[in-house]
Amino acid sequence: MIWESLKLSLLVVSVATVIVGVIGLALAFLLAKREFRGKELLDAVLTMPLVLPPTVTGYYLIVLLGRRGIVGSYVYDLTGWTIAFTWQGAVIAAVVVALPLMIKASRASIESVNPSYEIASYTLGKSEFETFFRVTLPLAKRGIYAGLVLSFARALGEFGATLMIAGNIPGVTQTMPLAIYEAVAAGDERQAQILALILTMISISAVYLTNKISRSRIYG
Amino acid sequence: MKQRLISILLLLVLGGCQADSPTSNGTLRDRETLTVSAAVSLKDAFNEIGDLCEAKTGKAISFNFGASGALQRQIETGAPVDVFASAGKKQMDELAAKDLIDAATRRDFARNTLVLIVPRDSKLNLTAFPDLTESDVRKIAVGNPKTVPAGQYTEQIFEKTNLQDRLQSKLITAEDVRQVLDYVVRGEVDAGIVYMTDARTAGEKVRVVAAASEDAHEPILYPVALVKDGKRKQSAREFLDFVLSAEGQSILRKYGFIGVSEK
Repeated sequence: MIWESLKLSLLVVSVATVIVGVIGLALAFLLAKREFRGKELLDAVLTMPLVLPPTVTGYYLIVLLGRRGIVGSYVYDLTGWTIAFTWQGAVIAAVVVALPLMIKASRASIESVNPSYEIASYTLGKSEFETFFRVTLPLAKRGIYAGLVLSFARALGEFGATLMIAGNIPGVTQTMPLAIYEAVAAGDERQAQILALILTMISISAVYLTNKISRSRIYG
Repeated sequence: MKQRLISILLLLVLGGCQADSPTSNGTLRDRETLTVSAAVSLKDAFNEIGDLCEAKTGKAISFNFGASGALQRQIETGAPVDVFASAGKKQMDELAAKDLIDAATRRDFARNTLVLIVPRDSKLNLTAFPDLTESDVRKIAVGNPKTVPAGQYTEQIFEKTNLQDRLQSKLITAEDVRQVLDYVVRGEVDAGIVYMTDARTAGEKVRVVAAASEDAHEPILYPVALVKDGKRKQSAREFLDFVLSAEGQSILRKYGFIGVSEK
């Protein structure tokens, strides 16, 4: 149970962090560099999973992606596949709750890049795309790394939404937080202790790393 | 301006959540309120019993519904509970062994049966438990046998009929029996095993296709007892008496339980 849930947690969290990194960065760029109607509303909606109870997030995911859900029913009719009780369900739950952290951290650090560097790049004939990747990103990388590590830690700790959308199936969706919940409910104190300790150590390392990154100096 | 508006909105939403939380009830009322921890399968019957009992005695009752195993842990860790009603003998026995319940007040107050249910629009032709081995049945929701009594009884049925090994890979374990029901209602699984009483609460949304025979598992008895550290002994006793009274028993029967006097 310990090894199985640790392995699963690491798989779910790694996949989720990659997805959060890509989507989060794209959204952060959009929010930092573009002006459009409802921009701050979009930001508020994307931030919701940070403040809503995970059970509410989980409920929305069921309504949206469940077998009889708004989107989920089409997916089921087309493919016969449904998100419930799959490790992909756990990934989706982790992505949704971790995304706000990535967006917040990256948006702030993209916005704090001195625009004169970007303008200089444009005057030298570089496209907006190239400027973003070769000027803005390298200058904003501390905040982006911090966002990634925080998202990793948040995804690792995800419990409520995962339980609701993915269920608690050993070896399939039973990540470490769920394994701890079950161990405590079943009165298996020892297992709960070991799992809690491992999870705590990984999380402390992640936050420590975040602080380290935010304090380090930028080279290149 | 826009940003400020949204922060105000956010504050309102957050403030609203706080006002709804149960802790804001005030402590004075809490001192008088009888706390009953009951297995989640008793929810509807106990809510009705609670309303009647409150009207009769004039004392407030608050229920804490959950998986019997989880409720047991709460009592073991000192939760301020007056009455414990479990869906399984095991949880009550373990509390009795730790001397946490008042053994003299313990009574079995209801019986239940296990049934096999499918979503209302299911196209499967299931009529008995062994049909679950058929290949078009892919997911079966059951209570987690480690913590949920319904799951333990289900495991007994499967073991007695030699189905356990053949079904293992199809089983989706839920953290309480109402979650099993929910999975079936939502159509996330092909079939589920719940109490007769749960199947009834879902009404049209599920179909009962088979009932487990009485000898396929231990009798599903619901024991109730006063918690030793409970502070409100008098109203706890009144509640317990009401559950066992003809009136209480008829409410339980209405929700699909079998009374303890009948056989």
